Amino acid sequence: MTAELGSFALILALVLSLAQACLSITGRIRGSAALTGAGEGAAAGAFLAVACAFTALMIAFVTSDFSVVNVAENSHTAKPLLYKIAGVWGNHDGSMVLWCLALTGFGAVIALGGDGLPTRLKANAVASQGVLGAMFLAYTVFASNPLLRVLHPPVEGASLNPILQDPFLAIHPPFLYSGYVGMSVVYSLAIAALIEGRIDAAWARWVRPWALASWSLLTIGITLGSFWAYYELGWGGWWAWDPVENASFMPWLAATALLHSAVVTEKRGALSAWTVFLALMAFTFSMLGAFLVRSGVLMSVHAFAVNPQRGMLLLGILGVAAGSGFGLFAWRAPSLPGGGLFAPISRETALVINNLFISAAAVTVLLGTLYPLIREALTSDMASFGGPYYTLTFVPLMAMVLLILPIGPLLAWKRADLYGALQRLWVAALLAMAAGALVLLINQPHKALAAFGVALGAWLIAGTLAELADRAHVGKAGPGEAMRRLGRLPRGAWGMTLAHIGMGVFVMGAAFETAWRVEASKVMGLGDHLTLGVYQLSLDSVGPFEGPNFAAERGMVTVTKDGQTVCVGQPARRFYPVQRQTLSKVAICPPGISDIYIVLGERRDDSGRPTWLVRAYWNRWSRLIFFGPLLMALGGVVSLSDRRLRFGLPQRATKPAVAPEPAE
Amino acid sequence: MRLWAALAALAALVCLAAAPDPADELSNPAQEARARAMFEQIRCVVCQNESIDDSEADMARIVRQSIRTQIAAGRSDAQVRGFLVQRYGEFILLRPRFSLANAAAWLVPFVIVGAGGLVILWRARRPPPPPVSPLTAEEEARLAALRDS
Repeated sequence: MTAELGSFALILALVLSLAQACLSITGRIRGSAALTGAGEGAAAGAFLAVACAFTALMIAFVTSDFSVVNVAENSHTAKPLLYKIAGVWGNHDGSMVLWCLALTGFGAVIALGGDGLPTRLKANAVASQGVLGAMFLAYTVFASNPLLRVLHPPVEGASLNPILQDPFLAIHPPFLYSGYVGMSVVYSLAIAALIEGRIDAAWARWVRPWALASWSLLTIGITLGSFWAYYELGWGGWWAWDPVENASFMPWLAATALLHSAVVTEKRGALSAWTVFLALMAFTFSMLGAFLVRSGVLMSVHAFAVNPQRGMLLLGILGVAAGSGFGLFAWRAPSLPGGGLFAPISRETALVINNLFISAAAVTVLLGTLYPLIREALTSDMASFGGPYYTLTFVPLMAMVLLILPIGPLLAWKRADLYGALQRLWVAALLAMAAGALVLLINQPHKALAAFGVALGAWLIAGTLAELADRAHVGKAGPGEAMRRLGRLPRGAWGMTLAHIGMGVFVMGAAFETAWRVEASKVMGLGDHLTLGVYQLSLDSVGPFEGPNFAAERGMVTVTKDGQTVCVGQPARRFYPVQRQTLSKVAICPPGISDIYIVLGERRDDSGRPTWLVRAYWNRWSRLIFFGPLLMALGGVVSLSDRRLRFGLPQRATKPAVAPEPAE
Repeated sequence: MRLWAALAALAALVCLAAAPDPADELSNPAQEARARAMFEQIRCVVCQNESIDDSEADMARIVRQSIRTQIAAGRSDAQVRGFLVQRYGEFILLRPRFSLANAAAWLVPFVIVGAGGLVILWRARRPPPPPVSPLTAEEEARLAALRDS
């Protein structure tokens, strides 16, 4: 019964979304508050309906109702509760419901919470959100309804792929999807503003909290996903430039560029057309990601439901949403006001350069992902664009952005003193060079580019701190005065500082880990030793271990350094009987910010005594790779808590930077 | 269809979890380092998206052996790569060649930066527009007249 109710609720949500779109549009055209109000009500109703459908699906999963096809295919009675719940979004159809839940949820938030927005802009945005909701709900209802029943229910389910049964994987989709779909609000606000023909500082201020929230969620989602791949897939790496990873990375890059260009639009009224373009681009990339992951057009280790017909439908949605968005943009953008003027050396210029490089980097990722397809279609031979391609294109582009990053915040708006900014950064530059030189000298083999990467990370951290010290007048005023000034800094400034430091931390970790990862592997019997850099690993014992839905063989590996025990790792090989699948469970010991990463291989009995192939990596500074992005997301959250950005609050009167011009 | 998708996913997973066997390593450390560097740039063509350095699949093992044998026989990296491309097609190279067919992918990112940079420079070189001068007394009077009329 619950599944039918859920199906019904899903169809109801589709109808309500259509109503939301029609009512809001009609209300906007007729200027009727009653109709737009009804549209807002429909938006809230659509969200409640999807929430019901989602709950029904969750109930089906938790109670292992195998008469529902989706549950039978993706769940099992012996699965731990967490993975029964995560099973809801661990498959294509269920994850579409999560997508729709986020989409209608954001729509409801604008409809009910967007009191600070002008009526007509809000009605347009709610309508646009309704159209998006209707398209994705129609897709879910007609092409991938997870609540359909099966005629002959099986006694037991097929269970979730064991590789997906992991706490990090279980929680990362909700973050990722909220991030992807949060961009839909940015998109809808862009559409709404283009229809009104008015993009100004106030609009940028309404967009920024949404962009910030989506960006933070996306950052967390990507980091959790990457961490999962790092310790679950057992290949010692954390980023493979896989199409699915790229699919989540492209919206992130677009959102990063958007956050920076929106600042210019908000503070100076300039770059408004470009900001709108990025707002449209961010959600287009989100939808492109959904299409790439779900259509099976690309080869990926994460391949989700591979179904070309669904792919066509998603491509259709992408075409309609992006096509109408960019069509509207092409029509309206020429009539948008140019905005505030700025000198060649100014904070505006620094942010324009930032956007130029980030956009080029995003195009690089797009090309690397799609070029093999394009080439195959044109010349029918296949080419691969793997990691080495990105190392030669994406990495230098981003390095350029990061090199100028600390300078930007020290430049004044409109016209700045570059020499003065550089003067305030010389200590940071010296520190960074010292860090780079030190790392280069200490580590064998000497790798100059990696040392440059570490120096770049140090430059970001030191430069950002230098800017903070400059704002607080450290050195000029007494410590008491400096503390007072720091305390008065707006949350937005703290957010930026945290995010930039996080970027520096990440860059240091990524450069160091990639260059100086130490690895060793050996076929080991009990009591054998393996040398891994400065560490000694010994395989003490291997014994059986019973999990809730798997049987495992678990090793005890003692890690010692100079005779002192550092930690005991317990790498395991799990066997999941339901799927007849074996899975390596990696052991990670953390001495400080580095990881000792141990993988237990297959048992071999060919040499008279049992042996195991043990692989171990000393992933130096690898903790920084995951800690940095979390710091960035924290920066986003801190910035979001800035009173000036809080959604729906009455805005303090601001001087409009540009006079609105009537749209042609 | 669903079963097929599930099987594809399973096949992909088998390719995961790397295990280059230490027993295969070349005795010459310089040659072994070259071989390892090359493994990272060669695709496991039967896996979903992995280098042969990361893959446990048979195909990856065979290509690893082939590369090691060729390097031990004194062939250059370019020769080994040429052999692999002849055998498996350009698809096996994770780092695409600098060829005409790939020109767009290699150049576009830098063209964007170059073109964007030129636009910024061009805008910067344009003389700044003259500052808006305050209205003269005569203009003020006309404005007042217009406003009142």
